[in-house]
Amino acid sequence: MDAVKGASRSGTLPLLLPALVFLVLLFLYPFAYGLFLSLTTATGEVSLANYARFFSDARDLHTVWVTLQIAMPITFINVGLAVPFAYYMRHGMRGEKLITFFLIVPITLGTVLISEGMLTFMGPAGWLNQLLMVLRIVKEPFRFTHNVLGVVISLGLQGFPYAFLMLLGYVSGINPDLERASQMLGANRWQTFWKILFPLMVPGIAISFCLNFVMAFSVFPSAVLLGQPSGPTRVIAIAAYQWAFEKFNFNAASAISMVMAAIELAVISFVLAWRSNMYKGASMVGKG
Amino acid sequence: MKDFKKISVRRMTKRFGEKTAVDDFSLEFCKGELVTFLGPSGCGKSTALNCITGLIPITSGEIWIDDECIDNTIDKIPPEKREFGMVFQNYALFPHLTVFENVAFGLRLRRIRRADIARRVDTALRLVHLEGYAAKYPAQMSGGEQQRVAIARCIVLEPRLLLLDEPLSNLDAKLRVELRYELKALHERLKVTTIYVTHDQTEALALSDRIVVLRLGRIQQVGTPAEVFSDPANLFVADFMGFKNAWTVKVESQREMDGAIEARLDAQGIPLTARLAWPRGDPRRELLASAQRKGTVLRTAIRPEDVEVGTAANGNPLACLATLVEYQGQVSQVSADLVGSEPAEPGLRVDLRTASRVEEGERLAISIPPGKILLFAPTETAAEAAGWTP
Repeated sequence: MDAVKGASRSGTLPLLLPALVFLVLLFLYPFAYGLFLSLTTATGEVSLANYARFFSDARDLHTVWVTLQIAMPITFINVGLAVPFAYYMRHGMRGEKLITFFLIVPITLGTVLISEGMLTFMGPAGWLNQLLMVLRIVKEPFRFTHNVLGVVISLGLQGFPYAFLMLLGYVSGINPDLERASQMLGANRWQTFWKILFPLMVPGIAISFCLNFVMAFSVFPSAVLLGQPSGPTRVIAIAAYQWAFEKFNFNAASAISMVMAAIELAVISFVLAWRSNMYKGASMVGKG
Repeated sequence: MKDFKKISVRRMTKRFGEKTAVDDFSLEFCKGELVTFLGPSGCGKSTALNCITGLIPITSGEIWIDDECIDNTIDKIPPEKREFGMVFQNYALFPHLTVFENVAFGLRLRRIRRADIARRVDTALRLVHLEGYAAKYPAQMSGGEQQRVAIARCIVLEPRLLLLDEPLSNLDAKLRVELRYELKALHERLKVTTIYVTHDQTEALALSDRIVVLRLGRIQQVGTPAEVFSDPANLFVADFMGFKNAWTVKVESQREMDGAIEARLDAQGIPLTARLAWPRGDPRRELLASAQRKGTVLRTAIRPEDVEVGTAANGNPLACLATLVEYQGQVSQVSADLVGSEPAEPGLRVDLRTASRVEEGERLAISIPPGKILLFAPTETAAEAAGWTP
């Protein structure tokens, strides 16, 4: 039995080769090269100077804080909104296809188009501000764009659909009899949600939080188009870009992107630790 | 647990749009009784069960526990407050909780003291023979073990009514029999009022105090296992209880004989004599008389094992040609064409079960004791109702 398994394993192993090649070429090599660049100076000496420069440059170090300030709240909002939405739509509902369609549109349009649209629609002379003024909610145009809010709104439009669709898949995969069983044992809706559904959603929440956070933390186009890239929305990706393509110092830029990766990894590890703390059981019960 | 004498379901109806899933369902459950809802898939048995729990809202009707109305479509006690326990077909164990936490779930919601919870969970697990499993997760257990956890999770709360929705249908044949014995023993011991839903007549016969046979949402018959088994109310119930040979017959004559009726029948040219133990005043006597008067047809029902092979001593001697023999160990299931039925194509077919060895194509002499033939109004059998024609 084991011999047969072994044989089939060695027989199928070469099938992994194309994927492996891609992984090496598109991920491992660039990453290793970037790490190497970040640890060397322009003249080729190995040193930590690039990192030392970043952490001692107040203007660059500040980008970490700026990016976190933008990425963290919108990730919490995206995932936090996606949970109740997914919960209410878990058994399907009327017009679900239409709702899903409108959620997917922002993903397909791409960042630039959304940004351009927002600039016109939410700009000082845009419809939104005109409406708000007609309704006398504001006296003069409210600034939705060219500030942190603009970037956050754009990240919400793009991040929420991902979080929602992912969680919807997760929740609708939970056996509906679990809810009924909980109810029959005396739990009301609230108790059933917190004791049964939420813990079972935790793996999905964790993953969609991680993806959303990484997407938001590496924000670049919206921060340039909808924010103030020289000041309040000078995110870490902009700092890296400026070092690479304005000052042509790829070593310094690489160090910044390594710092970026490290922060993302730290947040992901933290979230996954929370996940395994919350949810210890297996993801499904066998023999359905 | 609140004490009670009986639960009554009165004229309960459930419609899904145009379709009536449960139709005018009335039944009383006495405390401690085990009642089975039996019927083929789509007969409304699970819907009826879910209506009683409150998980599916009823369209009309009432449910009472003694003189307390728990549901009349307007005022209803929600499922979580009815103190009913339900075991689901797929067990519905909480995968993220241990066996202990699964069983303790309902107790924790009721804010019972920690020490009492531990004691009661322990007792419940002992009752279903799962000592030592408390720390396991459902995914680490077999189907049979999971089923026991589901049962323990209900009985630990001492429910007023325990509802089991095809609890054994996901288990293999051997385990099914073992767990059936255990369920029976558990019921004997706890005497908790139970509704058991199944499509398996063997399970129903083995477990029930009373059986409720359902078809298309309507109750066909309510009775003890013996009553339903030997005196089915109609052809559908008979078919479900293992009767076969639903031949269309005309009534030639009938006469009174020792408190029973002896009827001479014509089954596509083959004469049959049936002895019907219907007491005076039985409405079926009128059915027979009217069929004879108007020349309308009735249908027979004869168990395959009641057809005797090789002897003509007990009446209705017939001849047939075996067309299909299915070996089943102790007996063989034989399908045969009756010789002499008109028209010849398709002739009458007899299903019989015999311990003697039969070859396909063999000519058999058979006899059917007149007392073993039942007569019904010409409705459909379960198989025909399901669109299945042999």
